[in-house]
Amino acid sequence: MPPSTLPGSPPLPASASPWAAVRADFPTLHQTVNGRPLIYLDSGATAQKPQVVIDALSRFYERDNANVHRGLHALSMRATDGYEGARARVARFIHAAAPEEIIFTRGTTESINLVAASWGAANLRSGDVILLTEMEHHSNLVPWQLIAQRTGATLRYVPVTGDEGLLDLAALDQLLTSEVKLFAFTHVSNTLGTVNPVADLCARARRVGALTLIDAAQSAGHMLLDVQAIGCDFLAFSGHKMAGPTGIGVLYGRRALLDAMPPYQGGGGMIANVDFFASRWKPSPERFEAGTPNFADAIALGVACDYLDGLGRPAIEAHDRQLGRQAHAALRSLPGIRILGPASDRSGVVSFALRDVHAHDVVTFADEDGIALRGGHHCNQPLMRKLGLTSTARASFYVYNTPEEIDVLVASLRRIIKFFGAA
Amino acid sequence: MSSDLTELYQQVILDHNRRPRNRGRLPHANRSAHGDNPSCGDQCNVYLRLEGDRIADISFDGSGCAISQASASLMTTQLKGKTAPEAESLYRQFHEIVTTGREPEEISDVAAFAGVHAFPARIKCATLGWHAALNALKGDPSSATTESHLD
Repeated sequence: MPPSTLPGSPPLPASASPWAAVRADFPTLHQTVNGRPLIYLDSGATAQKPQVVIDALSRFYERDNANVHRGLHALSMRATDGYEGARARVARFIHAAAPEEIIFTRGTTESINLVAASWGAANLRSGDVILLTEMEHHSNLVPWQLIAQRTGATLRYVPVTGDEGLLDLAALDQLLTSEVKLFAFTHVSNTLGTVNPVADLCARARRVGALTLIDAAQSAGHMLLDVQAIGCDFLAFSGHKMAGPTGIGVLYGRRALLDAMPPYQGGGGMIANVDFFASRWKPSPERFEAGTPNFADAIALGVACDYLDGLGRPAIEAHDRQLGRQAHAALRSLPGIRILGPASDRSGVVSFALRDVHAHDVVTFADEDGIALRGGHHCNQPLMRKLGLTSTARASFYVYNTPEEIDVLVASLRRIIKFFGAA
Repeated sequence: MSSDLTELYQQVILDHNRRPRNRGRLPHANRSAHGDNPSCGDQCNVYLRLEGDRIADISFDGSGCAISQASASLMTTQLKGKTAPEAESLYRQFHEIVTTGREPEEISDVAAFAGVHAFPARIKCATLGWHAALNALKGDPSSATTESHLD
């Protein structure tokens, strides 16, 4: 349904951006919130879904639904083909060497927990070091705290250089010693918008024999990802942040590593043979997918990959970066604002704090103008504490956002500042 | 600005947010408790000087949105001089106001919080300081978390 036909929906400011046409693919965007056209700036939390992804889900449930890998009937074979086709599609999406290197999980968090519980428990000993960075999301921090407590390994952190939000690469050489068994870091910071030099970080880790895990939650679907060129050992991301469904995520692992890892959970689908007292496991990926997998959402995730590659990921990255730079520059004109992260070499995630207005009040006021922002600690509490903040407001952009929406955001923030300043 | 929003951010709330009363650690406090809203990171410490069964003095500190800061500030002005049962009764009245939007019969600044009911996500902000105060009164120094309460 074209947005203009919706009753009571005033059109967004006319946009010259070629990306404005992409909005037609996303049904959720065609609504008003508090009487204003919705401006969705919370894709860092979850992205909206294009109609093709929504259709893929309903089509599967309407026509093909059956359990995978178990049945020999027509629907089960169709579902299995769809599920394994999605695995191959995701493998191509990140240029994995083989589909067997793709494990479907519930999301980034489960992917990282899987590595911690399986690889970590089998390989970490007292005296070993897990190296993280100060900009990690809680999902790439708490699983390592848990496994460190169980194994006696210790944690180290690569510092962040204050508000500009870069990793202190000079400190990295001292931290990356031979005790480091795993270096886990984010590709794009969900608070700072920093894009880390992942290939360089992986190369440095390899020199000391450390494995690498990349949290790609904010980069998958926003730029080309080539796990072989990057040289990582593990990479984790979520479907729902890249225009796919919720409840489906991916763990990429190098096959030799995966085949040497013990199971994550036990159950059906992951066994080669079960006896009353012992069992043998299938190889990857089945070994790590106990129970009925989330095939419907996996299939729709494959369609999201197609959709994003139809737009072109290099073009999406350029669009994200341009909106991020533009937002940073426009927000800087506001009085009493503190913007986190790099000014120019950045992704489309921009968080900021206003001197006199708490982030939650910012979010409530922006919502009144139809603008969806996020406010809080963004699952980055240790980083916020280090920066002397308790919360920030965050705007995060994706394929359907336009430069004109940034103008509306800045005008809204001006009103907020004036309201609280005048009180 | 919509009427809901002006109801939420009334002058009384903006005033307490900008000029919080009884803010800071209380010297000679003999009770204190910490309140946490883990979903947003808001924090509130409440310090009490209990003399007999009466709150002789009270203060708060912490960080959070205008609603949580103003609510804690106004709460301290309400609770000074009250007994524990009186404090609990005041909390029940306050809770009624923020969840239903019904203003109290007698004229009171807490009526300013009636607008909160139109923003269910913000009820936790308004009650954070109260939860900490009631825990302090009970002598329970453990963290009051909004997640362990229905609101």
